[in-house]
Amino acid sequence: MMKRSLINRVISVAFILLLGCLPTRGIQAAEQTVDVQEIVFSHIQDAYTWHITEWNEKEISIPLPIIVKGEQGWDCFLSSRLHGGQTYHNYYIASEGEYAGKVVTKNQAGEEVRPLDFSLTKNVCGLFLGCAVLLTIILSTAKWYQRHPNQVPKGFVGMIEAVVVYIHDDVIKDTIGKDYKPFASYLLTVFFFILVNNLMGLIPIFPGGANITGNIAITFVLAVGTFIATNLFATKQYWKDVFWPNVPIYLKLPLPIMPFVEFFGVFTKPFALMIRLFANIMAGHTIILALTCLIFITASLGVAINTGMTVVSVLFCIFMNCLELLVACLQAYIFTLLSANYIGLAKVKN
Amino acid sequence: MSLLTPDSGLLFWMIVSFGIVLVVLSKYGFPVIIKAVEQRKAYIDNSLETARQANEQLANIQAESARILAEAKEKQSAILKEALAEKEQIIDEARQKAVAETRLQVEEAARRIREEKEKAIREVRTEIADLSIAIAEKVMKEKISRDKEHQQIIDRLLDEVSFSKS
Repeated sequence: MMKRSLINRVISVAFILLLGCLPTRGIQAAEQTVDVQEIVFSHIQDAYTWHITEWNEKEISIPLPIIVKGEQGWDCFLSSRLHGGQTYHNYYIASEGEYAGKVVTKNQAGEEVRPLDFSLTKNVCGLFLGCAVLLTIILSTAKWYQRHPNQVPKGFVGMIEAVVVYIHDDVIKDTIGKDYKPFASYLLTVFFFILVNNLMGLIPIFPGGANITGNIAITFVLAVGTFIATNLFATKQYWKDVFWPNVPIYLKLPLPIMPFVEFFGVFTKPFALMIRLFANIMAGHTIILALTCLIFITASLGVAINTGMTVVSVLFCIFMNCLELLVACLQAYIFTLLSANYIGLAKVKN
Repeated sequence: MSLLTPDSGLLFWMIVSFGIVLVVLSKYGFPVIIKAVEQRKAYIDNSLETARQANEQLANIQAESARILAEAKEKQSAILKEALAEKEQIIDEARQKAVAETRLQVEEAARRIREEKEKAIREVRTEIADLSIAIAEKVMKEKISRDKEHQQIIDRLLDEVSFSKS
């Protein structure tokens, strides 16, 4: 016990001394005011360039292709053409207004309008990357089995197998019941899709860091998938329970209170899935970014406070990252479990 | 609240990429893994069952072989016993036979001897009778003439007879 606390103390002192070397940069940063909201939001939201870092006041970023369809038809160009408020083919990135941060164009009346925008934004690229990683992992695992029939895998394949079997047997099979087969692949895909993208989002440097599962469009598609899987394959009993639930008659006639509540529930369930995943991941990213920004905010408050806050910030960041690691797995699990649960409920038979 | 409005472009790409991932993984990914795992499970279960059966069979065979061995031993000892008994019996029989044969032979010999003896006696008797008759005849022939001579002849004849007889 004594030894451990001593080691802890040595480590913290070394840590503080190391951080003490930083303030020169911190003071420089203090000259500019730090716009935390801007930093956090620019990360959480989508972007047309993949910003990596700034080096010697020069931005290092990867310009991504913009694909738009305006009045003149399809247009495809690199986002570097719009960098710094430039206009290209009458397209530019709105700096304010309803479409702030998005590619807009001006119509003949001179109003700012959004063209059809299929740009490969940062989130789209992150999404592709996540999908590629997911496909690689699962297909290589599947290939291993074809090469080694009737063998027990070790290492990475073994880990994937353990997770797949756990989700398949303990989550999908147990929750849905005996009609689980048509949904197994969908739910497993959902689980691994969310897990991989969550974990990719936690990597702070280039290939990761995109806030994919913390984007409402992504969770919306996933929730719609579950909505379809639930309602398209539902039994008659399920629809009877929705429109004519087993409650006292005065709750159904003359005012259909319970049918209304039940019918509303059909939509709120996937809606809750969508919001839960989106909010959890977005909040995680926000907190970690805010904590990191704390270092730069306190830079103007003097070396002592800045050093202290840096230590606090780093410690909290470590804690939050561990928590986010847990949340990343947990949210994937919860989304899958609840989806399976809803599908199972729609499979009721009297 | 741009955070809560899904961006159409991202929505489109998400549908496309998630759709592709879903199709590919539900065709070549998860079913393959699940099937492989289930196959392996079945294979292991099968192997265990086969091993159990083999063990059982082995135990059965061992029991069977022990039984056969015991049986064979029993049979062997029975055969040996039987053979011994038979041998003794044969010897006994042979002995008895020999004894009987010997006795028969002895009896036969005795009988023959007796018969010979009786025959001889009978022959002697007839001889004696004949002789006696002959003598008697001779005596009768000479009786009237000479008494003395007669007596002499009889004596002589008798002597002769007894001599010849002895």
